Amino acid sequence: MEALDIARWQFGITTVYHFLMVPLTIGLGLLVALLQTQWHRTGKEEYLRMTKFWGKLFLINFIMGVATGLVQEFQFGMAWSEYSRFVGDVFGAPLAMESLLAFFIESTFLGLWIFGWKKLPARIHLACLWTAVLGSVVSAYFILVANSWMQHPVGVEMVNGRPRMVDAWAVFTNNTALVAFPHTLTGAVAVAGGFLLGISWYHLWRRRRDGIDTVDEQGRVLVGESATIPGRDKTDHAVWLRSLRIGAVVAMIAFAGTAITGDMQGKLMFEQQPMKMAAAEAACHDGTSFSVLSIGDPGSKNCSDVTAVIEIPGILSFLAHNDFTTDIKGVNTLVPEYQQKYGKTLPDNPIYGDRAGQEIQYVPVMAVTYWGFRMMIGFGGLAALAALVALVLVRKGTVPESKWLMRLAVFGILAPFGANAAGWIFTEMGRQPFVVAPNPQFTGIDPVFMFTAAAVSPGVSAGELIFSLVTLGSVYAVLLVVEVKLLFRYVRGGVVAAMPELAHGAQCKKGDDGDNDGGASGGGTGDTDDLLAFAY
Amino acid sequence: METLPTIWFVLIAVLWTGYLFLEGFDLGVGMLMKLFARNNTERRVLLNTVGPVWDGNEVWLITAGGAMFAAFPLWYASLFSALYIPLVFVLLGLIFRAVAFEYRGKVNTEQWRNRWDWAIALGSFVSAFGIGAALALTTTGLPLNANGDRVGGPFAWFSWYAVLGGFAVVGFSLVHAAAFLALKTDGDIRDRAQRLVIRWLPVGLLPLVVWVVLVTNRHGHLLSWLLVAVAAAAAVAAWRLARRGREGWSFLGLGVFLLTGSAALFGSVFPVVLPSTLNHDWDLTVSNASSSSYTLGLMSIVACVGIPLVLAYQGWTYWVFRKRVSSSHLPPTHDVVPAVGRA
Ligand code: HDD
Ligand code: HEM
Ligand code: HEM
Repeated sequence: MEALDIARWQFGITTVYHFLMVPLTIGLGLLVALLQTQWHRTGKEEYLRMTKFWGKLFLINFIMGVATGLVQEFQFGMAWSEYSRFVGDVFGAPLAMESLLAFFIESTFLGLWIFGWKKLPARIHLACLWTAVLGSVVSAYFILVANSWMQHPVGVEMVNGRPRMVDAWAVFTNNTALVAFPHTLTGAVAVAGGFLLGISWYHLWRRRRDGIDTVDEQGRVLVGESATIPGRDKTDHAVWLRSLRIGAVVAMIAFAGTAITGDMQGKLMFEQQPMKMAAAEAACHDGTSFSVLSIGDPGSKNCSDVTAVIEIPGILSFLAHNDFTTDIKGVNTLVPEYQQKYGKTLPDNPIYGDRAGQEIQYVPVMAVTYWGFRMMIGFGGLAALAALVALVLVRKGTVPESKWLMRLAVFGILAPFGANAAGWIFTEMGRQPFVVAPNPQFTGIDPVFMFTAAAVSPGVSAGELIFSLVTLGSVYAVLLVVEVKLLFRYVRGGVVAAMPELAHGAQCKKGDDGDNDGGASGGGTGDTDDLLAFAY
Repeated sequence: METLPTIWFVLIAVLWTGYLFLEGFDLGVGMLMKLFARNNTERRVLLNTVGPVWDGNEVWLITAGGAMFAAFPLWYASLFSALYIPLVFVLLGLIFRAVAFEYRGKVNTEQWRNRWDWAIALGSFVSAFGIGAALALTTTGLPLNANGDRVGGPFAWFSWYAVLGGFAVVGFSLVHAAAFLALKTDGDIRDRAQRLVIRWLPVGLLPLVVWVVLVTNRHGHLLSWLLVAVAAAAAVAAWRLARRGREGWSFLGLGVFLLTGSAALFGSVFPVVLPSTLNHDWDLTVSNASSSSYTLGLMSIVACVGIPLVLAYQGWTYWVFRKRVSSSHLPPTHDVVPAVGRA
């Protein structure tokens, strides 16, 4: 394999991996902040427990997002130096702003939240979490501005062969970014919803199986308490049932959100990257039909290898234009258009190395775009449907006894993750062969675009890239196993795992839960004040 | 000379210095986990002195990188691609370190903790060394061609300056961390940390001094020599203050040492940002490596708002967690026992 391919694999792997952690960080952070707010407002014990339990899982995941994010930041310079040189004037700005205006906030205030239990006044402690969550949302915005510029370069002029920013407002209000932002956020929230749903289902199921909760003739739950196991009391039941319902509702709302914003993205994409959308449909010829199932040689970039099996007429037009009759350009029409605008072969420029003069493949790998698009929607839809069914099934206060349903619920946690990964792979691979896709409505002097083949670092050898691919890849694999094992451990540990004070019961210092406003009454806790409420 | 690129050169120097100052002590604390702490309780004390702040400190690195990308894309591209292999090690070190901070206490067994302790100590060492090497090579040059790409293969960057820079940052971090621990802990650890500073300060700071003097000697303006003199005085002062038990002042003295030393370094090479060892016509400079003045202007506004804000709330964090940490403050460790399926 040559350097370019390795660099692409590496970028794809590290970024998709980073984006396993990211949506859970964003979504769960938001939910934990809401739960803590609820606790602050109502003072109800179950909200405190929910905050602590989900907060623990949030932290286990968060750190992996940080660790993998570092690689992302360095990677542009290391493996894609030509790209960095080409786009630096416009692309570096949102990246730098992300660190300065978002990451600092996120990491500092999260540190305050983690270690600030009992140290900070309750209100300020809560505000710290909200600030950190806000930081993660802002970071998503900035990075999506950067990414959207690659999909739809705006606000620049070509000077000496390089884009130069002339209109920051256009860059930061790029319509591509403005729709990708809510789409990504709602996608992230869907992940958190599924996460709450699956894990809570497991706990409710375990409570039934362990004989703590039972069901009467009408199927209503009779909540019980375990005499021996700390933390498995009636409040525990409320924790899981409420988490489950919140998760299910959130997952459904989030899916609706992704559908609405995704539809807007689709319409933009037909204008901005017609080839990506044609490839997403595996559509060779112009037409109006949305393909439900097309088959063909998976690796093929050749249209004649694809056969549409089931199609619904009119839907494709609707996706693009809100009517049912406008013809959408297929691959066969688009290829000559692209060739005429951007050339048939890679230019005779040293940055293309041996590839100069090769024919440019304007059609992305259709199997990936086609199935990526469908997996994104499919997994998301499946999760939302499952959430609806779950709500119905638990209406009487607990989950069915079925082991298989429980397994399905836990396994289903993966669906929204899959939808997110599929969405990114579709978006990024559908952009090929461009790393900066040309903007068809460009009104400036020169069209701005860059082929991926020109973006890789010329000085870096294939060996170096293989070295990093192998080391980073294996470290990521090991850490994924570690993270998942830890998550399992803390899930099985239940609320007590996150609140050891529950196990010590009353003999433990009283002030422990008393860090809300009301609890400050007990004055004589001088010595326990010194004990850190949270410590590594 | 253009004003905006110069301002941004200064800002990037500030970001790197801020990074070395802040993460300096948490990298050092990481290494001391194995070199200094004697048992689990002591290790936990060490960890908790930096617990709330290390991630915020690390963002200084991300911001330094991001700011280089935005303000000097050619510098960012050439430096990062030329130092491919060392930076992979830096990344691996930082990854392990970050994860270890969070995961170490999550399972209550000796073996688990011991593994992550090694991850923290080695991760801190490797990343400190790698970053030092990278910064040293930034000041002494890399074999770059006219396009700014490294020639000569994956290890062409190697020079003894890289080793010197590596030891400089490692040494400084260790001393800085010991001073930090003297300031942030109590009891036996505090006394031992104090003694560590007194005994090792001269050795620890030496490589950094050598690096600064070499670079200043090469390009030296009078001003840089002045800064070197201040740095040396600050180092001596930090040492003497440590001997007199003035922990806070001694820590501050180390800060002044770093600040002036780093100013001497960056000031000496200016206006070159990354010299080419092959041909000085190919040097990347403040003017030929920078972004357009439009972008720099925009970023300046952002920095004017952002940096004071960051300093304010990070300062506040240090204030909130200003108390000394000692073993009596640590909650007991506890096992994570499955709550489910127990009869
Ligand atoms: C839509 C959201 C999103 C996307 C597309 C990306 N990230 Fe990310 N990133 C986040 C959302 C996020 C986050 C939610 O804000 C994280 C996860 C954990 C965290 O600390 O912040 C994060 C962490 C994170 C960190 C560590 C921050 C810290 O130490 O606190 C860095 C350096 C990056 N990212 C950089 C990148 C780069 C260069 C990307 C592009 C290739 C990228 N991320 C894609
Ligand atoms: C976290 C979400 C993201 C995911 C999952 C993702 C996924 C991918 C994948 C799978 C590739 C490989 C495509 C291929 O080789 O055909 C890729 C390439 C790339 N992406 Fe993304 N991407 C994400 C975000 C971003 C962002 C935010 C940026 C820019 C700020 C970006 C910039 C790039 C670049 C520079 C490449 C390399 C060139 C290429 O191979 O296309 N990506 N990404
Ligand atoms: C009916 C539902 C959906 C539609 C119509 C839809 C549509 C789209 C479109 C058109 C894109 C490509 C944007 C581009 O390349 O410029 C996209 C990207 C993406 N989708 Fe979806 N989507 C849907 C559901 C989902 C769900 C359920 C998730 C996750 C839970 C998801 C996550 C993503 C992600 C992460 C991306 C890449 C980032 C971005 O460009 O925003 N989508 N979606």
